[in-house]
Amino acid sequence: MAGVAVLTTINGDNVEYLCQPDETLLDVLRDRLGLTGAKEGCGTGDCGACSIILDDRLVCSCLVLGAEAEGRRVETIEGMAHGDRLHPLQQKFLEHAALQCGVCTPGFLIAAKDLLAKNPDPTEEEIRFGLAGNLCRCTGYDKIVRAVQDAASVMKGA
Amino acid sequence: MNFDPRYSGRNFTSVGTRPIRPDGVDKVTGRARYGADFNMAGQLVGRVLRSPHAHATIRKIDTSKAEKLNGVKAVITAADLPDLTDGDAAMYDILDNCMARKKALYDGHAVAAVAAVDARTARQALKLIEVDYEVLPHVTDVDEAMKHTAPLLNDAIFTEGLEEKPVRPSNVTKRTQFGHGDVHEGFGQADYVVERSFKTEQTHQGYIEPHACVASVSADGTADLWVCTQGHFVYRQHCAQLLGMEASKLRVTSSEIGGGFGGKTHVWAEPVALALSRKAGRPVKLVMTRDEVFRASGPTSATSIDVRIGARKDGTITAAEATLRYSCGPYAGMWAEIGAMTAFACYRLENVRTVGYEVLVSRPKTAAYRAPSAPMAAFAVESAVDELAKEIGMDPVEFRIKNAAQEGTRSSYGPVYGPIGIGPTLEAAKNHPHMKAPLGKNQGRGMACGFWFNFGGQTCTDLNIGMDGSVSLAVGTVDVGGSRASLSLVAAEELGIAYEQVKAVVADTSSLGYNDMTDGSRGTFSSSMATISAARNAIKILRERAAQMWDIPLDDVVWEKGHAIAKGEKYGNLAALSLREIAAASGKTGGPIAGHSELVADGAGVSFATHVCDIEVDPETGATRVLRYTVVQDAGKAVHPTYVEGQYQGGAAQGIGWALNEEYIYGKDGRLQNPGFLDYRIPVCSDLPMIDTQILEIPNPNHPYGVRGVGETSIVPPLAAIANAVSNAAGVRMTHIPMSPPRILAAIEAERGG
Repeated sequence: MAGVAVLTTINGDNVEYLCQPDETLLDVLRDRLGLTGAKEGCGTGDCGACSIILDDRLVCSCLVLGAEAEGRRVETIEGMAHGDRLHPLQQKFLEHAALQCGVCTPGFLIAAKDLLAKNPDPTEEEIRFGLAGNLCRCTGYDKIVRAVQDAASVMKGA
Repeated sequence: MNFDPRYSGRNFTSVGTRPIRPDGVDKVTGRARYGADFNMAGQLVGRVLRSPHAHATIRKIDTSKAEKLNGVKAVITAADLPDLTDGDAAMYDILDNCMARKKALYDGHAVAAVAAVDARTARQALKLIEVDYEVLPHVTDVDEAMKHTAPLLNDAIFTEGLEEKPVRPSNVTKRTQFGHGDVHEGFGQADYVVERSFKTEQTHQGYIEPHACVASVSADGTADLWVCTQGHFVYRQHCAQLLGMEASKLRVTSSEIGGGFGGKTHVWAEPVALALSRKAGRPVKLVMTRDEVFRASGPTSATSIDVRIGARKDGTITAAEATLRYSCGPYAGMWAEIGAMTAFACYRLENVRTVGYEVLVSRPKTAAYRAPSAPMAAFAVESAVDELAKEIGMDPVEFRIKNAAQEGTRSSYGPVYGPIGIGPTLEAAKNHPHMKAPLGKNQGRGMACGFWFNFGGQTCTDLNIGMDGSVSLAVGTVDVGGSRASLSLVAAEELGIAYEQVKAVVADTSSLGYNDMTDGSRGTFSSSMATISAARNAIKILRERAAQMWDIPLDDVVWEKGHAIAKGEKYGNLAALSLREIAAASGKTGGPIAGHSELVADGAGVSFATHVCDIEVDPETGATRVLRYTVVQDAGKAVHPTYVEGQYQGGAAQGIGWALNEEYIYGKDGRLQNPGFLDYRIPVCSDLPMIDTQILEIPNPNHPYGVRGVGETSIVPPLAAIANAVSNAAGVRMTHIPMSPPRILAAIEAERGG
């Protein structure tokens, strides 16, 4: 199969790559571009570990083809911090110990960032439903919800 | 230097604080490297062909077409993994589970594997492998498998543990029995007796990261393995044995691990990846799909349990017995045995007997899952305990308090308890505001207790002090949920320095002596003991160096708050020497300063918890909602309390999923029908409330700081606590886990109809 040439923007940088027509964006990010922050937990859009933001929309990158990124904006976990300055969500996840094994964390951070962009002052219930597409098996979600609540209040004050 | 592990009370400086974990920033920025995040130059993609049959003889495998496909570099079958187990039955089972030899024993059993230049070629190659199966009858249900009429899964198995050696083979591999006293006499003294049968379905650990490894075997016979595992030293030992290598020639590096919960304590794909790499002469990356994780790794046992408990009018239990049948998959296990040991461990009983049966079924090989076997036994026993309390007319907390085990109680599985936390957790639950909160319509409250042994095991730790006075702590227990933070706290505590001055890493198998894996809640317990020992050894050297620098006797130098101090008025003018100052001079005083420790961490203190929960049941649909959940558990000493809370909450959440929704569903064809997160639904954020925790600290006398393992006990009570709450809410006793809406509805309708 011949490769597809793609020109896209990832975390603000122009990126060019060749990918197979049947290759997922997740595989492109991980295997071709070395951006392994997004994880494959299921490959079927059920776990949210591969969450990215595509043109302001939260998606599972395992359900998007690499070729579909042509001309679009991709945001991944690798672009969340500014240099050595962590995003408030990242900082609050650390402070609240909202991660144990940490493999779901990049997906949760991206989903939470998307949630707060659309709803800067969510209730606990809105947070719980907003993050219901992301699976965590370690924490029972308690500390994740608290971290997002805390980050929301910090971001509002900023 | 002899190490004294006994507890001695002290005021802690670092231990008990809640700093940010050392591996945290990498994990929130996507930089941390898990099993599938590692690559080697020239790496091939490995994939495994799996049996679609639950039970079948493999007559022939033809790999010739696959081998000819362009881009395929190696194809292997069981013939490429010859039997080197030398009569070790357990290792033979591991080998056979990695790659089926004569028979495929479950849907998903590996039968062949390929390594190719890319994933697409590897997938194509799998389709070109021709396997000639003779399909055999199968059995997936634990009770069905015990019947004489059931298909025999292994005709070499004769039940062990019977008084007479059986003449016919059986799917029951072993019978075990525990207890003391005279149960018959005890039931004779009872005014009330409750007798019930329970079933629990099979669940999976559900770690979000699938199994993944990269194997690289060199032509000189040495090899490297990068893998997500709970125990890289054990993986090295197993892989080396199965591949006929010397352990020292195989270096295993544990990646960051994306959850394990017992499921990453067994090799599956790793020997296959090594065999592929050996044959192809190139590195091979092998990553399981989620479908493969469900079909071929994990899961826990499905169970069938009968319980009988009798008590006098005053609430004293006079006798208790249980028969426990646990599925093991197609290979012998000791799952019912563990269930039988834990079943009544919370109680002070004069007459108790438990009998366990290990049962072979056509399902994947049972693996450990967080306090393996205990949640199911607790579900059955704690349900019956609740029912008995109700019959007597006693409050379920008071009934449990009256019968709770204490220091000096002979446990139902044999040993006599030291100081334990079952009574205090019950008292704390009784006094918790949760117990007094009002309940609404269709809402019920339930409680249950849980026990877990905890484990210590072989542990080796190195503590190296740099020339700048910073401390590198190399441990061999994989960090599954924050142990690098807790072990850094312990090193800082013992040395009297700041937490930030310590950097903990998990060392690979070539850099450190053997360590048992992170299981049995041993990570922080055992490695903190080894860290304390290593730190004390380092302190002795630090004192020696200070004595040398001052030219005074060693006995006159003491270690306090990170400094060597010359003791005695005659040394009044000597300023204390800090760890940094001694380290900076080390090149002139005898070289690098380090403390090492190799020990068997005996005396892991047993652990108890009490959980309380409120559940709402919709009587029209059988749907449930968890309204409130409280965990009370003894930690001995919480080294990093936030991560202890995290263990309590995580175990509770897994238990909630198990109790209400998770189950393996097999079709009549013996195939797993829900091998994905869509149909095997683990709890999501919107399913759960906040999970309240209360940490009790009853020091473990066998650890210098009083630490007990905390990781597993939290999954033991939830099945029963939720079953009791649902039963109270629905007005009908629930006896089958998970209590999915159809099961609850059926129970409600049967009660109405009856």
